[in-house]
Amino acid sequence: MRMKTLLAGSVLMGLAASFAAPAVAEDSVYIQLPTYRTGPYAGSGIHIANGMSDYLAMINERDGGVNGVKIAFDECETGYDTQKGVECYEQAKAKNTLVFNPWSTGITLQVIPKSSVDKIPVLSMAYGLSAAADGNTFPWVFNPPDTYWDGLSAIIKYIGEQEGGMEGLKGKKIGYIFLDAGYGREPIPLLDNLAQKYGFEVLQYPVPGKEMQNQASQWLSIRRDRPDYVVMWGWGAMNPTAIKEAVKNRFDMSKFIGVWWAGGDEDARAGGTGAKGYKSVSFNNVGADYPALQDIKKLVVDAGKSHTPASTIGENLYNRGVVNALYMVEGIRTAQEMTGKKVINAEDMRLGLENLKIDEARLEAIGLKGMIAPIEITCANHSGHHPLFIQEWDGEKWTSATDWFSPLTEEVTPILMQASKDYATSNAPWPTRDDACPAN
Amino acid sequence: MFYREAGQYKTTYAADQQIFPIRQDRIGIGVILVLALLLPLVASEFMLSAIAIPFLILALATIGLNILTGYAGQLSLGTGAFMGVGAYSCYKLVTIFPEVNVIVHILLSGVFAAAAGVVFGLPSLRIKGLYLAVTTLAAQFFLEWCFIRISWLYNYNASGAIEVPGREFFGTLITGPAAGGTTRYYVVLAIVVVMTLLIKNLIRGRIGRQWMMIRDMDIAAELMGVRPLVAKLSAFAVSSYVCGVAGAMFVFFYLGASEPAVFSITLSFQVLFMAIIGGLGSLVGSFFGAAFIWILPILLRVGLPALGVDIAAETVFQVAQMVIGALIIFFLIVEPHGLARLWAIGKEKLRVWPFPYA
Repeated sequence: MRMKTLLAGSVLMGLAASFAAPAVAEDSVYIQLPTYRTGPYAGSGIHIANGMSDYLAMINERDGGVNGVKIAFDECETGYDTQKGVECYEQAKAKNTLVFNPWSTGITLQVIPKSSVDKIPVLSMAYGLSAAADGNTFPWVFNPPDTYWDGLSAIIKYIGEQEGGMEGLKGKKIGYIFLDAGYGREPIPLLDNLAQKYGFEVLQYPVPGKEMQNQASQWLSIRRDRPDYVVMWGWGAMNPTAIKEAVKNRFDMSKFIGVWWAGGDEDARAGGTGAKGYKSVSFNNVGADYPALQDIKKLVVDAGKSHTPASTIGENLYNRGVVNALYMVEGIRTAQEMTGKKVINAEDMRLGLENLKIDEARLEAIGLKGMIAPIEITCANHSGHHPLFIQEWDGEKWTSATDWFSPLTEEVTPILMQASKDYATSNAPWPTRDDACPAN
Repeated sequence: MFYREAGQYKTTYAADQQIFPIRQDRIGIGVILVLALLLPLVASEFMLSAIAIPFLILALATIGLNILTGYAGQLSLGTGAFMGVGAYSCYKLVTIFPEVNVIVHILLSGVFAAAAGVVFGLPSLRIKGLYLAVTTLAAQFFLEWCFIRISWLYNYNASGAIEVPGREFFGTLITGPAAGGTTRYYVVLAIVVVMTLLIKNLIRGRIGRQWMMIRDMDIAAELMGVRPLVAKLSAFAVSSYVCGVAGAMFVFFYLGASEPAVFSITLSFQVLFMAIIGGLGSLVGSFFGAAFIWILPILLRVGLPALGVDIAAETVFQVAQMVIGALIIFFLIVEPHGLARLWAIGKEKLRVWPFPYA
């Protein structure tokens, strides 16, 4: 017994010492990147993680950080597991991270209530809770450039255009194949709403997380039901499986449209030549010809400071990781300008993200002009509902199938505001915003 | 030399029947309890929220499984689902009766889990061993399916998740995001200690002995007057009750919000491994097992980079997995009856120390 208590005591002491927040060097800020390079979602997660860390490393190498402030960052492996996500969040909090990017809708839902208490901004780029776009209710959560509901409405709008206008949707059957988790269920309320409004029928095909590599039964149902279009909300190993199954079942690939997370290069490649014509909605262009990406290649990847295979630079998910890092870096820059401080803290970061504005000129200066549409986040609108486009897999790479177009923001906003109000009531007492947004 | 009961005379029945008959054990337990109470003074928020709280909760879940598998001998793979029943019923209770104290809800939510446990325990009257494991596996899948499909359970939340509202206990916030780590830790500690004590006494008494008789030889037990129906179903009920309370605490005091994936088969296996590594049929083993499976990987993940080893996050993760796997094999080869048995052997050795003979 005594041995044990002695042992326990010394272990506790050691632990207490090792978890103390590290002293931040003079001119640096710390960001923890929760990533997943292991587990069933690694196929998507690795590219995202590479893109994020490479861009931050490039900013440190090329510019010496943001206005001379280096970005210290490390990764925390979540394995897309909510338990580990909480652990990473607690770790990030202990180390004073500027911002938390959960990279999982489940983890996002868990940290949203904590963020306002711990005063850590949550940047869930185009995932997480759609209602969080309401900055009045969720001052600490950001989901630029678009919410899932924007994405879904853009897909429906695109389908409407293919059918010769929104009235063409009447009587159509749209299949919805989704990962049966918070992520895949998020768009369903809007989908039902739009179905009622435009008179199309929705057929749901849930894919349980543990069976995502075996979708034979779902695709058998799809073959039986013969939907006119299939919309997919997949992630990780679910995507290549679905595309393979679609090819096997000879589903018309041009009528198979995925959300942006179902748009990995490896996802589509898995379908072979048969995947040609598969579409996915997107908010970033592919390709490695952008000056910033060339800098990453030169300063980080070719210099041996990253494990990224050079061939994956410019792929869809890699570029998306870069976009996430870009938001963080520009958020830091904006916060520095607004506060006049060089080394900012998490509360300043929130201010920076809330006033984030990346216009064409800024994109040109960064070296990513054309890769993303200009974005603007405001106090009241933490998403912005920015333009999207549809990309198409040509058998080898993604190509743009449409120009940038706006999602059905006017349809989404009322439902979104209602959802945000519901969230606040069901989680009462929900903290109110300290500083009210200016009315506009 | 120091750890010996020589000279400690028992002069009353109460003294003879107490849980820790040896004085040194009582002192040791007292010291551990005091240390546990003092922990928030030295521990950081991370240690409390990410290590201590889930460790205690999972230890309680392991105790729940141990009642069923370790004491009553009924193999179960449905622990995660029973924990889920506790969590979802607690969430429903809290939202339907917001004015009732959340501690009451947490203790009540176990009742629903117990009911589910009894229903899925019925096959145990006919089948045993691995076959029973399969039926509990069915419980796991069926209940998980319910958590996903029955939207009433999560109040029709669009994301299918349950979120924990802030609730007070005598004026202090104990649940929800605004509740501090220290407060939550003390609440969890109190519930876990009290429940462990109750279960210890249950096991030492008539009911626990019935369970062990059923485990050791059910026909003999039946001939001696133990009713298998009552014994087996009560084991399922008590076990599921404890698991349900642990599940409710897991969401309310640790996760803060959860989706059905939390209560998947992975959690069942996690708890089962804790029970096996710790030692089946031992309460202290439940704590050892929970510490081994929960704390050790975190220590490795946090400790390796803190030591200055510069390796990527996913490598740390995989190294930790490999080390844990190797240690599980090592401990099971050294002592198939788990860490609790090692602990017991250590105590035996300590009693005769420094002499190699008694």
